[in-house]
Amino acid sequence: MYDSGKIIIGLLLFFGLIASPIWYNLASGKGSYKPDIKIVTTEKQCVAPTPYMRTSHMDLVYSWRDLVVRENHRSYNSFTGRQYDMSLTGTCLNCHSNKTEFCDKCHSFVGEAPFCWDCHVVPKEGN
Amino acid sequence: MDRRGFIRLTGMTSVVGLLGKPILNAAGLLRPGEALTNKPPIVGKRWAMVIDTRKCLEKEGCRDCINACHHIHNVPEFDNAKDEIKWIWKEKYEQAFPEQENEYIEDGLKEKSVLVLCNHCDNPPCVRVCPTQATWKREDGIVMMDWHRCIGCRYCMAACPYGSRSFNWRDPRPFIKEIVTDFPTRTRGVVEKCTFCEERLAKGLIPACVEACPEKALIFGDLEDPQSELRELLRVHFSFRRKTNLGTQPELYYIV
Repeated sequence: MYDSGKIIIGLLLFFGLIASPIWYNLASGKGSYKPDIKIVTTEKQCVAPTPYMRTSHMDLVYSWRDLVVRENHRSYNSFTGRQYDMSLTGTCLNCHSNKTEFCDKCHSFVGEAPFCWDCHVVPKEGN
Repeated sequence: MDRRGFIRLTGMTSVVGLLGKPILNAAGLLRPGEALTNKPPIVGKRWAMVIDTRKCLEKEGCRDCINACHHIHNVPEFDNAKDEIKWIWKEKYEQAFPEQENEYIEDGLKEKSVLVLCNHCDNPPCVRVCPTQATWKREDGIVMMDWHRCIGCRYCMAACPYGSRSFNWRDPRPFIKEIVTDFPTRTRGVVEKCTFCEERLAKGLIPACVEACPEKALIFGDLEDPQSELRELLRVHFSFRRKTNLGTQPELYYIV
């Protein structure tokens, strides 16, 4: 390769510049930023184990949606044996009463915009 | 496994199999349709409705059923008729029953309006044309809608001969007088219609329009239950349905 030195330096410079926001965040300590979520609930235990809910709550919510709307099956038998009404606003938001703190903080951090709330009405928020 | 062990295991399995259902029920596994409310869900084999127009027409100007339905289902109210969303509304007699068109029709009927809503047809054309199965006929006869799945193609609106379906041309939220939180609104680009209050049936409640009618002119019931009030009414009164010649088998029966 002719002028390999120049090309390699140029490439390094190019990628360095392109990735500059990453370097900036790393340098300013923002790279380790995590949303600070206040979990305020009325119950101690969620409808499924917490690690599962962290990673797969969307799958659970989608399966609830299909069961309720399409199968007319409305009660969820949780792993603790307790029965829950499969309802986003009635069950989930009744316990996680602050959507802005609980749902939105994480979702906006990861750039996720769930369309649940285009239709489902958020009840009046608690603390 | 020896022979005796095998027979014992088979026997035990069949005992559990035979007794399985009560055991599962006792363990708290509910059957489909059973909601967690105080009242058990209302279940039927073939839901239908009788509209006694004689009673309904007694009180002209009454909108109790319409208001009740549109309130609990977050139905918006637009000033512009082109944007109108309606689940249950009044139609002129001759428009509701075009095949009854008659120049010398009884004076009382000429100017009267008839209550109309989705007919929950036995042979629903809207279901046949829906490309995403966002609308379908449930086992109990309710022509249901899944707004999650509706892509807004409006084929169903073209197929429905009763105009029972409305399209959200605009975002409905700003036009809902008072938003009810336990029922979703719809978004722009989605078709909506009456669902026979399936969410209320699951909670053991009769449809809101039936409950709201002060004249008891709306009767909801199971067509396959010969003892039902609905069947009794159909037995003793002359009734007809809208546009039966189209073969949709509507399940709203009108007593005139």
